[in-house]
Amino acid sequence: MRLRANRSALPGFALTLGITLAWLSLIVVLPLALLVLRPWTLGAAGVWHSIAEPRVLAALRLSFGAAVLAAAVNVPFGLLVAWVMVRYRFPGRNLVDSLIDMPLALPTAVAGIALTALLAPKGWIGTLLTPLGIKVAYTPLGILVALVFVGLPFVVRTLEPVLMDLPMEAEEVAATLGATRAQTLRRVVLPALMPALLAGFAAALARGIGEYGSVIFIAGNMPMISEIAPLLIVIRLEQLDYAGAAALALVMLLASFGILLLLNLLQWRMARRAS
Amino acid sequence: MPHPTLTRRTIIGSTAGLLAPAGRVVAAETTLLNVSYDPTRELYRALNPAFSTAWFEKTGERITINQSHGGSGAQARAVLDGLQADVVTLALAADIDALARRGLIAMDWQKRLPDNSAPCTSTIVFLVRAGNPRVVRDWPDLVKPDVAVITPNPKTSGGARWNFLAALAWAERQPGATEASAEDFMRRLFHQVPVLDTGARGATNSFAQRGLGDVLLAWENEAWLARQEFGSDDYQIVYPSLSILAEPPVSVVDRVVDKKDTRTAATAYLEFLYTRQAQTIIAKQHYRPRDPEVLEQYAESYPALKMATIQDFGGWDIAQARYFADGGLFDRIFTPGK
Repeated sequence: MRLRANRSALPGFALTLGITLAWLSLIVVLPLALLVLRPWTLGAAGVWHSIAEPRVLAALRLSFGAAVLAAAVNVPFGLLVAWVMVRYRFPGRNLVDSLIDMPLALPTAVAGIALTALLAPKGWIGTLLTPLGIKVAYTPLGILVALVFVGLPFVVRTLEPVLMDLPMEAEEVAATLGATRAQTLRRVVLPALMPALLAGFAAALARGIGEYGSVIFIAGNMPMISEIAPLLIVIRLEQLDYAGAAALALVMLLASFGILLLLNLLQWRMARRAS
Repeated sequence: MPHPTLTRRTIIGSTAGLLAPAGRVVAAETTLLNVSYDPTRELYRALNPAFSTAWFEKTGERITINQSHGGSGAQARAVLDGLQADVVTLALAADIDALARRGLIAMDWQKRLPDNSAPCTSTIVFLVRAGNPRVVRDWPDLVKPDVAVITPNPKTSGGARWNFLAALAWAERQPGATEASAEDFMRRLFHQVPVLDTGARGATNSFAQRGLGDVLLAWENEAWLARQEFGSDDYQIVYPSLSILAEPPVSVVDRVVDKKDTRTAATAYLEFLYTRQAQTIIAKQHYRPRDPEVLEQYAESYPALKMATIQDFGGWDIAQARYFADGGLFDRIFTPGK
C-alpha cells in the first residue's frame, strides 16, 4: 500500500493520522453528514420542489454571483496590498498590518451596520452617491461591498508568505535582460504567484458564499433582488421548515464543495507545473 | 441500580458548583425565564420588578425573571430546540401553537388565561415624519407613487405579519373588493417597500436612523417608543381608518415548568399581568390594557379604532397557510409570472 511506501522517517504516523481522521470526522464530517441526511424526509420530489422555486434560484444566483465577483475584486487589490506590505517598509506599517486583519476580528454584524451607516442614502458616502444616481446600500451592489470587505484579508494573508519567498533577484535578472516592468510583472512575477492568487480567490470566495451577518444589514433583503441564500435558510428555519432549510443548505454545500475542489485541483496542477 | 446514578449526579453537581460563581450557589431563589419577542424589552423591564416585589410580599420568596428577546418565530424555535423558557410571551398565537403541536404546551393553552391569554393588545399604525410631508392618512395613500413604505419581512417578523393582515383587511373591505383586487393592492403596497428588515426593531432603525422611507408600518407601542427615542417632534403617528387587533399571547411552557418545578411561580407571573397594577404599567408602556377602567384612564393615548381580528381571516393556521407559507400570497407578490 501507499501508506507503507510513503513511510516517513518520523515515527507516529499511524497515531497522528488516526487522530486527524477522528477529529475531522467529529468536527466536520458528522455535522455535514447530518445535513446530507436531513432533507430527505421531504422525499426526492419534495427536495427538488423546495429548491427549484424561482425565489430560491434567484437567491442562489445572487449568493454565488456576488461571492465570485467580490473575490475577483479582492484578488488584484489584495495583491497590491500584500505587495506593499512585503516589499516596502514605511512608517505605520504595523498599524496597516493590523488593519488588514480587522474584517476577520470584527463581528460581521458590526461590519454590516457600519457599512450600511456609511452607504445608506443619508450616510457619509451615501449622500455623495445619491445625486449621481448610484445606490449602494439596500441593493446587490451593497452585498458586493460587504463581501469585498470580509474577503480582503483572505487574499492578502494567502499572498504574503508566497511574496516573501519570491526572490527579488528574478526580477532584477529580468530587468538586466531588458524586460520592461510590465513584462517582468506579466512573465516573471505573476506566473509564480498564480497558485497563491488562486488560493486567495478560493478562500475569499468560500467566505463570501456563506457570509450572513454583514450582508443582512446592507442587502435590503428583497425577494428575487437582494435576498441571499443564507437568509432563505434562516427564513425556512423560522417557519420550522427544517427539512426545507437543510435542502437549501445541501445545495450550497455541494456547490461550494465542487467549486473549491475544482480550484484546489487547478492550483495543485499549477504548483506542479511550476516546480 | 440507583446508586451509580446518584454518584454520577453528585459528581456532576459538585463540578457545576465549582464552576458556578459562589454567590449563585448560596442564593436558593427561584428564577424564571421569559422568552419574548422583539419590542417587549421595555415592557417587561418595567413589569418584572413589580412582580418580584408583589411575589416577595405575598410568599416571602425571592424571584428573578430573566428576559430573552428576538423575532417571535426565532424565539419559538429556540424554545422548541431546548431553550428552558418557563413562560413564552410572543407576538402571535401561531408561534405558541407551534410549541403546543410539538407537545411542549397543552393544546388548550389559549383558554387557560382570560382574554385569549393576551393580557394586553396592540394594533398597527403608521409612523410618518414630522408634518406628514407625503400626506399619508390611510391605506390607499401608501401606494401613491412617491411614497416609500418600511415594513419588515412577514416571513421572519411577527409584527410584519400583523402589518400585512391589517393592509389586507382594509383592501378586502373596499366596495366591490374581490380576492384579486385585494391581492393587487398588496402587490402594489410591497412595490413601495425598498427594504425588508428581518424584525420590527430593525425596520424602526431603518426608518428612524437611516432615514429610509416615508411611512413605517409599526406596532402602536413601537411607534410610541420610536417617538420617545428619536424625538417626538420629528415623527407623528397616523391612525388609519381600519387596522387590526393584535393580541400578543402568553403561556406557561408546561414541559419546562414541570421539570423545573416552577409552575406555581410561572402561573402567578402570568396572572399578575392582568392585575390593576400591571395593567397600568402596560398602559404606560404604550400597550392597550385589557382592564376597561385602566383603558378609560389612558383613553387619550389609545384612540378608538375600527379593527379587524385574526378570526376574520379564519385564525392563524389558515392565515399562515394562505399568506405566509411557501407559495402563499407573500411569495406570489414577489415571484414574477405566477
